Amino acid sequence: MSLTQIRQGSLVLVDAARVQSRGALYVAQARIRQMMKWIWLILGIAIANPILYLISVGIGLGGLIDKSVGPAGVDGVKYLTFLAPALLAQAAIQGTMDETVFPTIEGFKWHKTFYSMNSTPLSGVQISYGVFLTALFRAFYTVVLYFGVMWAFGALESPRAWLAIPTAVFAGASFGALMQALAARLEDENIFFVVLGRFVMMPLFMFSGTFFPLTSMPFFLQWIGWISPLWHATELGRHLTYGHAISPTMLWVHFIFLGVMLVVGLFFSARIFTKRLAK
Amino acid sequence: MSNPLISARGLTKKFGDFTAVNGIDFDVYKGESFGFLGPNGAGKSTAMRIIGATSQRTSGTISILGKDPELHGPQIRAHLGVVPQQDNLDMQLSVAENLYIYGRYFGLSRKFVKGKVDELLAFAQLEEKRDAKVENLSGGMKRRLTIARALVSEPEILMLDEPTTGLDPQARHILWDRLFRLKEQGVTLLITTHFMDEAEQLCDRLIVMDKGSIMAEGSPASLIKNYATKEVLEIRFGSDRNQEMGAKLRTMCERIEELPDRVLMYTEDGEALLEKIYAADFHPKTSLVRRSSLEDVFLRLTGRTLIE
Repeated sequence: MSLTQIRQGSLVLVDAARVQSRGALYVAQARIRQMMKWIWLILGIAIANPILYLISVGIGLGGLIDKSVGPAGVDGVKYLTFLAPALLAQAAIQGTMDETVFPTIEGFKWHKTFYSMNSTPLSGVQISYGVFLTALFRAFYTVVLYFGVMWAFGALESPRAWLAIPTAVFAGASFGALMQALAARLEDENIFFVVLGRFVMMPLFMFSGTFFPLTSMPFFLQWIGWISPLWHATELGRHLTYGHAISPTMLWVHFIFLGVMLVVGLFFSARIFTKRLAK
Repeated sequence: MSNPLISARGLTKKFGDFTAVNGIDFDVYKGESFGFLGPNGAGKSTAMRIIGATSQRTSGTISILGKDPELHGPQIRAHLGVVPQQDNLDMQLSVAENLYIYGRYFGLSRKFVKGKVDELLAFAQLEEKRDAKVENLSGGMKRRLTIARALVSEPEILMLDEPTTGLDPQARHILWDRLFRLKEQGVTLLITTHFMDEAEQLCDRLIVMDKGSIMAEGSPASLIKNYATKEVLEIRFGSDRNQEMGAKLRTMCERIEELPDRVLMYTEDGEALLEKIYAADFHPKTSLVRRSSLEDVFLRLTGRTLIE
């Protein structure tokens, strides 16, 4: 009933330099361990979601649309094929959002676990990156599963369609990084959830050229798409899964937009984490 | 004495206009058990967070293990075990998992941490709860787990912020026993508390804090010797008469404190004083003779009780 092993002491045991280089991975390991408590639920949703959407909207509504549009198709393809890459990117965005916003609020407020991490050699920057890495991991396997369902539904036409996996994860990463920074600043999360759900996520999903080409919307609403990571990722996804035409300039624009959003999000997230922990 | 592990001079922390810690000086040496005693809001927790290298000071100097926390936070935290005032355990994970992931945060090998987890579960008397979710533990168990967690890296300094607040007497005694064992092993302990019995039990040396400043410093025994008499006679005349009677009894002892519920009379011999009071035809409703404690020291220094 006592500390039986011979005490070596932290001066012998702990290598702060090792934590300095791998800290974010330690945080991610712990986060993934938490995720594993819910893994069947997460996987269930990750598989059921695309099946439901692709059957109801892709095939059900899509059948009607295909009939009325005729052989020319929507953007030259079946509606299902047109819709699927947008849903793929949306799944990545939803995945990173769930895995950044909730753990961040939990870490700072609900259980204050970030404060316990910060009492070890881990820094605010590492905690922020660790949470983000975990979200990336979740977005990745969610998208892979989604992609598998898309394949089973015959929604992929191009041999390089698999490249839509990294672009979807990229969009998820960009949006997740920004959301993580926002969540870290929150004092009162209740209003945030209402605003986020109704005034950010919903319009983003509806108006990012998800269900119809962005250009078929009134011009004064198209800006929602331009600032939406979902639209940029959808354009890239359509280009890769069925050869939707994109000019080389726009190709760059999509990548740069998502890239800037990612860098800005990560920068502010790391900064806000550090500041809030030191308060 | 050798170099102190922790040394602070003029340590100050302000939050806007509010000064939480106001220019305090102290040294903590290896193997000693050092306490911060004071009421809520005295600045103890703020001082602990600065020593814990998570909160930056506003001014003054502090060195922990020879390093400045502003420049070497992670290197200092590598050798601290921190038990915060509020348990911040991972509620979703099991007892053993909480210890395991915390050990990994220090970069300790999986093999080492696994062995350590078994040892710490025994130390915290939580072996049977190994796979229980933390959410379902009692307050005392959570507290023991938080302390066990802080020990996973075999820290040079164990910092405990109000370790037994909110625990029932039995749980407190179990905890104190665990802390004694650590002290015997040469772990340096840093404890904040607003319980004078805890400070007397656990601390070799302490500083008494109030409103961000140090009021006195020394061992519990020396503080009591310097700021109080050997014994205290506590008498009650009923809440409406304590004040009035206190005024009449003032000349009979070295010092007197009239609290709303009782009168405290400081003297070298409580029984003799009580006899004198009866002889003078005063008749308190109740009386109690006890040894002076740190509570009396605090009362003397600040005019207030520790728990208000």
